[in-house]
Amino acid sequence: MTHQGEVLLAVNGLKTYFSTDDGVVKSVDGVTFHINKGETLAVVGESGSGKSVTSLSVMRLIPTPPGKIVEGEILFTGKDGVQKDIVKLSEADMRKIRGNDISMIFQEPMTSLNPVYTVGDQIAEAVMLHQGKNKKDAMGVATDMLRFVGIPAPEKRVNEYPHQMSGGMRQRVMIAMALSCKPALLIADEPTTALDVTIQAQILDLMRKLQADVGMSILFITHNLGVVAEMADRVVVMYGGRVVEEGDVVEIFKAPRHPYTMGLLNSIPRPGEAHEPGQPKGRLEAIPGNVPNPLSLPPGCAFEPRCKFAVPDCSKAVPALEDTGHGHMSRCIRWRDFAQAQNEVTA
Amino acid sequence: MTATTAQTRRSMPATGDTLLDVQNLEKYFPIRGGLLSRVVGNVKAVNDVSFKIGRGEVVGLVGESGSGKTTAGRAILRLIEPTGGQVLFNGTDITKLSKGQMRDYRREMQIIFQDPFASLNPRMTVSDIIGEAMQIHNLHPGKGRIDRIAELLQKVGLRPEHMRRYPHEFSGGQRQRIGIARALAVDPAFIVADEPVSALDVSIQAQVVNLLQDLQEELGLTVLFIAHDLAVVEYICDRIIVMYLGRVMEIAPSRQLNTNPKHPYTEALLSAAPVPDPTVKRQRIILEGDIPSPINPPSGCVFRTRCRYAIADCANIVPELREVSPGHFKACIRDDIL
Repeated sequence: MTHQGEVLLAVNGLKTYFSTDDGVVKSVDGVTFHINKGETLAVVGESGSGKSVTSLSVMRLIPTPPGKIVEGEILFTGKDGVQKDIVKLSEADMRKIRGNDISMIFQEPMTSLNPVYTVGDQIAEAVMLHQGKNKKDAMGVATDMLRFVGIPAPEKRVNEYPHQMSGGMRQRVMIAMALSCKPALLIADEPTTALDVTIQAQILDLMRKLQADVGMSILFITHNLGVVAEMADRVVVMYGGRVVEEGDVVEIFKAPRHPYTMGLLNSIPRPGEAHEPGQPKGRLEAIPGNVPNPLSLPPGCAFEPRCKFAVPDCSKAVPALEDTGHGHMSRCIRWRDFAQAQNEVTA
Repeated sequence: MTATTAQTRRSMPATGDTLLDVQNLEKYFPIRGGLLSRVVGNVKAVNDVSFKIGRGEVVGLVGESGSGKTTAGRAILRLIEPTGGQVLFNGTDITKLSKGQMRDYRREMQIIFQDPFASLNPRMTVSDIIGEAMQIHNLHPGKGRIDRIAELLQKVGLRPEHMRRYPHEFSGGQRQRIGIARALAVDPAFIVADEPVSALDVSIQAQVVNLLQDLQEELGLTVLFIAHDLAVVEYICDRIIVMYLGRVMEIAPSRQLNTNPKHPYTEALLSAAPVPDPTVKRQRIILEGDIPSPINPPSGCVFRTRCRYAIADCANIVPELREVSPGHFKACIRDDIL
């Protein structure tokens, strides 16, 4: 991965709220992070954490009403080299960015492709719109893109409809479509969750290769920590609409500084840890309780009710996101205790 | 075919006390076509599957979509009728039983479904959902039934007062607990758990896995745990069965399957699972292409089209499931690999 240290996307204090009959849902409540050029940033979280709403805000695809970006800025430097605040752009300017500078692939390749158009038509549409190519040339680009993402017999496949393809094939088509205009940023929202593991391995492998070829940045949204470990350079962990931890991928896995991240890492079964026959089986360390209701988040730290390290101060105010060193951020008032405990173990 | 099936049956692991003995199970779905809707082909969803489960054992059934794992699980319970083979439960072939006779056996065999949102009737209260099976089997009549429902709710980590609520008032993890309580309501000996944690959030999955493990130990349940995630399965299962395109590829004790897979498909499946450790960079086996159509599966070994060890003979011989070391079975003709 290329680390040029040059910031491509900077999200500052983003707040995206939804008004519902039951009250205002603060899906994204003051989220700040950045992505460097050529880097893969993984955003990790469970349902209701605000990870998908964050990515849709960057694309300005929040359905309004009921949703609205109420505060914050999303600074993005496009292919033209000019930095823009996506929050303030007109819809017409935004349309020039979508699919061209920033494109997105979704979880369900079945529902995100149009069943009544051939895959070639769907890829060519963006190429004609953003690159001003005529239909014939655009179909040529579509064929090349299908070949690029490893679809066999692309000349034939370009004229097929989505239903004629398997799930893995469709996700390749989605990727071909997303990359057809050589975007600077690819947002991948759970792109392999609906796929089988052997197909997931194919798609992740493909994404890595294409990133090396094209040099784009990837915002990778997922709940799968195995996929994070494999794909990410840096990680943002979200809980209850806020960033609770951020850091380099190795740091996050080796020295997590937020109890939620620690809990997640402990709760997943790791390959190769099966018990010996006749020996007692292992036990997973579960996080108790449920994902909080976004309508009534706890007053202080959103994770406090489920946290085994909670102290009375945790429920008084929302903890600040603090730098624990080297840009490793934690939104926990007790992060120093965890750092100390780990130092004692290693010492 | 008959020769191989007989051999397959003989070569199955013989545990002291077998609860479930599945023999050459087959489920074909007919494809109709043409003017007269004649059967023009078959989807061979489950094809010659044989295995045994000992009393109190937890066995994992693993495979990708289209492998036939869910169909196998349902055919064993006769939730869909198998088109061939036998399912011996406590020595009785339940595939031959009439509907009425089958009802008594259903008390012994229950299922937990994958989707906690679709598998609970939204118009029924929790006590109706859990009590329905007791009513059918006439268990705990009268006031005792409410006590039993309360007890079950506590067993699965919910509170007795939850019984008056409706499914929509619960989170996904809680609903799955209700589904588990429903399965336990009739004191079954055997449970098919069909991807019970796949639809749940990561932090909730571990809770439900632990609950299932506790209940299994406490009640001495026999469990067939269907999943696509090998990591979860190896944690809670004694043995694992790997299926591909309707057939069994490998059967082995959990640890052995993970550390020393003998079938190329299992090897690839293990290799494909992402490891939650960013410092591990390993050479991955990437399987080419997709799982073939079960309407027209490859001749010989069904996995040969994606197998990196395939040789000419693989197209001609349907490999039989044979024991390669004690308790370890594989359906692959090559012994010079892995």
